[in-house]
Amino acid sequence: MDTVAAEGLLSASWLVIALPLLGAAVLLLGGRRTDAWGHLLGTATVVAAFVLGLLCTVQLAGVEGHAVDAELFTFVSTGSLDVGAGLLVDPLSATFMLLITGVGSLIHVYSIGYMAHDPRRRRFFAYLNLFVAAMLLLVLGDNYVALYVGWEGVGLASYLLIAFWHDRPSAATAAKKAFVMNRVGDVGLALAIFVMFAQLGTVSYEGVFGGVGALAGGTLTALGLLLLLGACGKSGQFPLQAWLPDAMEGPTPVSALIHAATMVTAGVYLIARSAPIYDLTPTARGVVLAVGAITLLYGAIVGCAYDDIKKVLAYSTVSQIGYMFLAVGLGPVGYAAAIAHLLTHGFFKAGLFLGAGSVMHAMGDEVDMRRFGGLARRLPVTFVTFGLGYLALIGFPFLSGYWTKDAIIEAALDRGDWAGWLLGGVAVLGAGLTAFYMTRLMLMTFFGRPRWTEDQHPHESPSVMTAPMVVLAVGSVAAGFLLVQVFPLDTWLEPVFGVPEEAEHVVAPALVGLVVTAVMALGVLAAWLFVGRREVPEVAPARVSPVVRAARRALYADTVNESLFMRPGQWLTRALVWVDNRGVDGAVNGLAATLGGSSSRLGRAQTGFVRSYALGMLGGAVVVAGALLAVTAG
Amino acid sequence: MSDSLLLVAMVVVPAVGAAVVAGLPRERTPLARQVALGVSLVVLVLAVLATVAFDPDGDRFQLTSSVPWIPGFGVDFALGVDGIALVMLLLVGVLVPVVVLASWDDTPPARRSMRTFFAWLLLLEACMVGVFAATDVFLFYVFFEAMLVPMYFIVGSFGGPRRQYAAVKFFLYSLLGGLVMLAAVIGLYVVSASAGEGTFAFESLRQLDIDPDVQRLLFLGFFVAFAIKAPLVPLHTWLPDAGAEAPIGGAVLLVGVLDKVGTFGFLRYCLPLFPDASRDFAPLVLVLAVAGVLYAALLAMGQNDMKRLVSYTSIAHFGFIALGVFAFTTEAATGAVLYMVNHGIATGLLFLVVGMLIARGGSRLVGDYGGVASRAPKLAGVFLVAGLASLALPGTNSFVSEFLVLIGSFPTRPVFTVLATVGIILAALYVLLLYQRTMHGPPRGVLFPADPATADPATADPATADPATADTSAAGEPAPAGGHGATAASATATGTGTATGTATATGTATLTEAPPARTTTLLHDLTRRETVVVAPLVALILVLGFYPQPLVRLIEPAVAATMSDVGADPAGTTPATTEGTDR
Repeated sequence: MDTVAAEGLLSASWLVIALPLLGAAVLLLGGRRTDAWGHLLGTATVVAAFVLGLLCTVQLAGVEGHAVDAELFTFVSTGSLDVGAGLLVDPLSATFMLLITGVGSLIHVYSIGYMAHDPRRRRFFAYLNLFVAAMLLLVLGDNYVALYVGWEGVGLASYLLIAFWHDRPSAATAAKKAFVMNRVGDVGLALAIFVMFAQLGTVSYEGVFGGVGALAGGTLTALGLLLLLGACGKSGQFPLQAWLPDAMEGPTPVSALIHAATMVTAGVYLIARSAPIYDLTPTARGVVLAVGAITLLYGAIVGCAYDDIKKVLAYSTVSQIGYMFLAVGLGPVGYAAAIAHLLTHGFFKAGLFLGAGSVMHAMGDEVDMRRFGGLARRLPVTFVTFGLGYLALIGFPFLSGYWTKDAIIEAALDRGDWAGWLLGGVAVLGAGLTAFYMTRLMLMTFFGRPRWTEDQHPHESPSVMTAPMVVLAVGSVAAGFLLVQVFPLDTWLEPVFGVPEEAEHVVAPALVGLVVTAVMALGVLAAWLFVGRREVPEVAPARVSPVVRAARRALYADTVNESLFMRPGQWLTRALVWVDNRGVDGAVNGLAATLGGSSSRLGRAQTGFVRSYALGMLGGAVVVAGALLAVTAG
Repeated sequence: MSDSLLLVAMVVVPAVGAAVVAGLPRERTPLARQVALGVSLVVLVLAVLATVAFDPDGDRFQLTSSVPWIPGFGVDFALGVDGIALVMLLLVGVLVPVVVLASWDDTPPARRSMRTFFAWLLLLEACMVGVFAATDVFLFYVFFEAMLVPMYFIVGSFGGPRRQYAAVKFFLYSLLGGLVMLAAVIGLYVVSASAGEGTFAFESLRQLDIDPDVQRLLFLGFFVAFAIKAPLVPLHTWLPDAGAEAPIGGAVLLVGVLDKVGTFGFLRYCLPLFPDASRDFAPLVLVLAVAGVLYAALLAMGQNDMKRLVSYTSIAHFGFIALGVFAFTTEAATGAVLYMVNHGIATGLLFLVVGMLIARGGSRLVGDYGGVASRAPKLAGVFLVAGLASLALPGTNSFVSEFLVLIGSFPTRPVFTVLATVGIILAALYVLLLYQRTMHGPPRGVLFPADPATADPATADPATADPATADTSAAGEPAPAGGHGATAASATATGTGTATGTATATGTATLTEAPPARTTTLLHDLTRRETVVVAPLVALILVLGFYPQPLVRLIEPAVAATMSDVGADPAGTTPATTEGTDR
């Protein structure tokens, strides 16, 4: 990786982070004085960051090597450790910068309408700005410590926003769960950084990637697995996926921006950024593949069973990020495909969430799809934009998801071995399930007989909300074609990932496209047969097969977590509190009492200072004498 | 040169101030606290001046001054600072005015006067400056012991319901440690006398070549005293009692500064004077340190008394500091020193804000609070900042120090480091559990007497009025309720219930029968004075979180010198690239 020092506009790239951070600071410190215009400032800083990011990216395209490093100041330097606060603008980070600020701007605009009646709207925008700043630091930092600071920073923003309506106990619990499960992953990331420092003496991307070639295979595998643990936590991948669906307790714009389009894809960024490490460890890459494949199926299966519109979309996110993990796990052939899917997913999933928010807005915050139905005519803009996002997600031919998902499936099949067939098969099956649960969602929400009461008065959202939905819908339609055919993303990212070898296709791409489309059509058909053709019961049927029952409980993921970690942890804590009070303290108190001659003396309030002092002095004198003797004798 | 008088002034000014305050008539308490604030601010200015005068690349000890004190035994009244002592003096300088201001409107227990409290506080400050600035081992010992007396009275006279028990326990523990250390101090003198001239001067003692067996004994003498002071498991049980019963100001200084004398002592005395013994005992110390990180974190989770909880978190943090000191790398030890400063700021703030909550509700029990954030957002915000600093979130000062400790310890002690790193998950749990139980949820508890424990969610937020969400929240929330019941039960079972006499009057049992006539809430957000108290600490947490290098620059040379004393490479760890395998 050859970088050049930042010049011109690029040397001001720190402003991209500073602007939203400034917005957050003003809104948080300014207090109620900023209530009137806080949301406008919050939106303006992110839009400005987007414009600046766009200009930076244009300039970057003209720089030789396409990688620019802007060193800001020494963060901490002691002994042989030297951590700088520096930014790396290269095609990968620039792509993320545009995604974050672009989708971020749209969602800020949408939130002006969505949060209009919330008395704490200013605070909401402050947290949202804080998130954008931290996420930008995560992707723009030029070393692993800067990434880690942003990494936990977005975790904080996520915590604050999930718990935004914090007097709901469920929201407060979900926020804590998200933070703690993320911290489990963070331990992996932290340990990976420690290993880098111990083995290579540096934590900068440049230093680490320059030195990994000299590391032993075991070390590389360990690094890959530790980074993967961090990625799983942040991206809601198996086995750390359980927090993400609960995170839907946050306001819907948060779900769109943080828990669909940007933050949860940080794990994909981490693995893609660490490509020079993963390129050298097929073992760790194999585990990434397994995690991706398991998660994509898991999310798709569970998504079929939920009735909460946001939870279905959340499990869909879990599943789609599984596709991205699968892609990065494939190595050089998959990195660009993963990032492309990440971008298109950012468009259509953010759009879907905003659409879901619009539905909830119309239905008085109802999320149960069994209470929806027939909303297509009442919410025409929402229906059309949501519908386009739906088609993009299920991979309808020539919309965004079709291009980027097919690329992943092709790359998996191109491995040519049994694993390639297995992974490709899983991905195709996942596509069918995706078509099923998303069609089910569409049918239950927008079609069929209305199952809401007349006093709910569903109405279309104001244009400040629908405009961002329209923009994202356009992206959902066109982004895939643009990124694959018009401005090929893999060419743009070549300076980062290198030029992958031209793969020999095991199966002709056209045939893959055909098969995937056929499976998708089967999924749609199945959904129509099971859901669309029949009356949707307003209460979920209780007599269902064990498979459905398991899927409704997310395949018992929470049960496992609770019985393996939470309960034993509570028992252990309770036992230790007892031990510490009775055992350790008792033993020491007992010892003191024995020395003092009476066990009540210590506890009794009347025990005088002077008396204790005298007692202590006596004991001390004995010890002094003993020690002196010992020293002289020794 | 006047610089050399700076440290003397930092000892003398608060000591004189203490005498002045103590001499004021009883009814002049308002004047007493003004004098105390003024004196403590003067000390802060002196500490800043000392920092300006200090040259990080200069001699190991600077701003030195020395006069013979007990010439017969070679005892000098010798003061001087290295970078480590200097940053501790800065911490003292910052925290004491904050504590004075935080205790501004406290009501003393019957027959006590706040004037006396402020006098003890200033005397304590003089002793704290002395203990960090002493370069004569005997003088250090004198300050080390003298420090106990004001703290004993601060806890014993101005503390909570069980203050006597806590104060005596604190005193006995510390005294026991101090006396063992006295033996070692005398032992040091004997060794120096047998090697030539008897002395207590640190620099001369450091150059002694002490027989390894003698080193071991002397090391243990110092170590026990320090391990009690900065309590390492299993010598920690006095701290939760003292921390819980001390008045908030006392608790801040006890945990924020006094306990750091222990970890400071490890670095200043144990390592340079007894390098062989330090290396021999390092594995044992590391076991205690890492055990403390995990054990105290688990215990913190099980506490229902907020002040005890914060005390236990500190024990976990001292484990990190001890790990950093005994990993014998420049990176880790620099992190450990930075940790001492940062922990004083972060935990100081946490204690202060917990104290503000207790001042409003009259109870120390977590279970007596709930939903505070919806009525007092500023208080909740500061609480969160303090909590996040306590769990070492990046962007807060504590992250830098914890990260340095861990990354610096990993190359030499990978296994211990991995275990300690697991502690960061536990830290997230104890902080966020506390925060959720007190700040989140519907308003309930002692601060909302009008709201029954089963508060009507419709009054709190229109969003929660939705029956569907209310249902899911009831179903999705078995864990904290169970956990809360468990901690409450264990707290009663272990006798801490008696320690919270103030709480029983307003316990939840009576709460549900509270007359609905009282519609006003007891809860008000931060007052102007409280804002002034917390603002400097919040600012320091953030500034040192993003720009710690100036402090690191002060600390590192002294740490590097200590590392070379103990035989480690002062330039830091060498990467293992060439070896190519995991160690």
